[in-house]
Amino acid sequence: MRTRFDKELDHLHEAMEEIGQLCKESISESTDTLFTGNYHEAEDTINLHHRIHKAERDIEETCLRLLMEQQPVATDLRIISASLKAVYDLERIGEIGADIADLVLNEHLTVANDMLNLKSMSQIATGMVNDAVTALANQNVELAKAVIDRDDQVDEGFDKAKAFLINNFNKDGNPEYLINLMMVAKYFEKIGDHAVNIAKWSLFVTTGKTGR
Amino acid sequence: MMEDKITIEKLNLYYGDFHALHDINMHIQKNEITAFIGPSGCGKSTLLRSLNRMNDLVEGCRIDGSIKLDGTDIYNGDLDVTVLRQRVGMVFQRPNPFPMSVYDNVAYGPRIHGITDKKELDEIVETSLKQAAIWDDLKDRLKKSALGLSGGQQQRLCIARALAVKPEVLLMDEPTSALDPISTSKIEELALELKKNYTIVIVTHNMQQAVRISDKTGFFLLGDLVEFGETDQLFSMPKDERTEKYITGRFG
Repeated sequence: MRTRFDKELDHLHEAMEEIGQLCKESISESTDTLFTGNYHEAEDTINLHHRIHKAERDIEETCLRLLMEQQPVATDLRIISASLKAVYDLERIGEIGADIADLVLNEHLTVANDMLNLKSMSQIATGMVNDAVTALANQNVELAKAVIDRDDQVDEGFDKAKAFLINNFNKDGNPEYLINLMMVAKYFEKIGDHAVNIAKWSLFVTTGKTGR
Repeated sequence: MMEDKITIEKLNLYYGDFHALHDINMHIQKNEITAFIGPSGCGKSTLLRSLNRMNDLVEGCRIDGSIKLDGTDIYNGDLDVTVLRQRVGMVFQRPNPFPMSVYDNVAYGPRIHGITDKKELDEIVETSLKQAAIWDDLKDRLKKSALGLSGGQQQRLCIARALAVKPEVLLMDEPTSALDPISTSKIEELALELKKNYTIVIVTHNMQQAVRISDKTGFFLLGDLVEFGETDQLFSMPKDERTEKYITGRFG
């Protein structure tokens, strides 16, 4: 009865999984680059962002068209509006990946000594994005809630990094380097926030509540 | 504090052997628009018609349970049918103006109820047409035949005719299904305006219309009231899987 609409929803589902996959790649690649200083990989991450950006535009377009054509209600409405909102956060994650790669490429940042535990922050943030995307795709309430709970860990990582830098700012003698590290810590903290937003939209799909 | 205008309790309705409505319980609130939706044959129009005893005319129709208007049972002799139909007016799917002038259409009900004073009738006609948002269109054509009006105008005239006897409840049975989009949106705007003074119950096949104008929606299926609640809730997060399937177009 609604074959065409169901097909479109399947496409949307696939597109969301794809952009989620690209975002996960973006964070792990940008984190790698940060430690290896590999320019090629940094350039790849920046190119990845262009693809993510294009995927975001396509998904936005699909959602707006479906809202217009189908005037969706119930689960359809919740999935389409959650996709429309979550895709914004995914695109921001891709942009942060590119920002980190940009620090490597243009500020020649390479982390030799991970005194701020950036790797661990990155791992937590990547895990959050991974789970948030899965929760959204499979409407998994428990997974979404776990993502939201895990945000404290990235926040704590950021606070510790900040405290460490305040205590060591005069000792190292390279303020630019330290400020760049601080920015990276902030970037990971922001990725955590975006993952939380995606998890909340996934909860909206299952519960109908926006949680604001 | 919400106030029940109509209270339906354990209502069962039969057409001969056919059990058309099963144990319906429903609280219809004052100054709200309540929409009934559901596939053809689900019982929504039957229920609407029983709210002003239109089913009395159907042979073999039998009802048990109760329908109360402001706490008074409308089926148990406490309320005269003529009074009931004055208090609970009805607008039908196809505009059905009488083959007479615009003025006489609106004055018809008040005249039946014994009003003969010209000045009083003039006033009622003007107020009713204004309430139905069609006074400006028709004030210079009051003596012209109502049959010459467009479908949308005819329907608003029928609403004015229903309002002329000062009802408290307005039942609307798919009032826009025969109208074009502009006339439809005029009727919808009108319903939203009228709910300030009236209680409105509307049967509609247009779900977007229910979303746009109603406060509460009831979903009917095979004579059951499957789900009844806030319209926003029902269309964004329905509780019953059958509601979900119907409103998302998986059957119907």
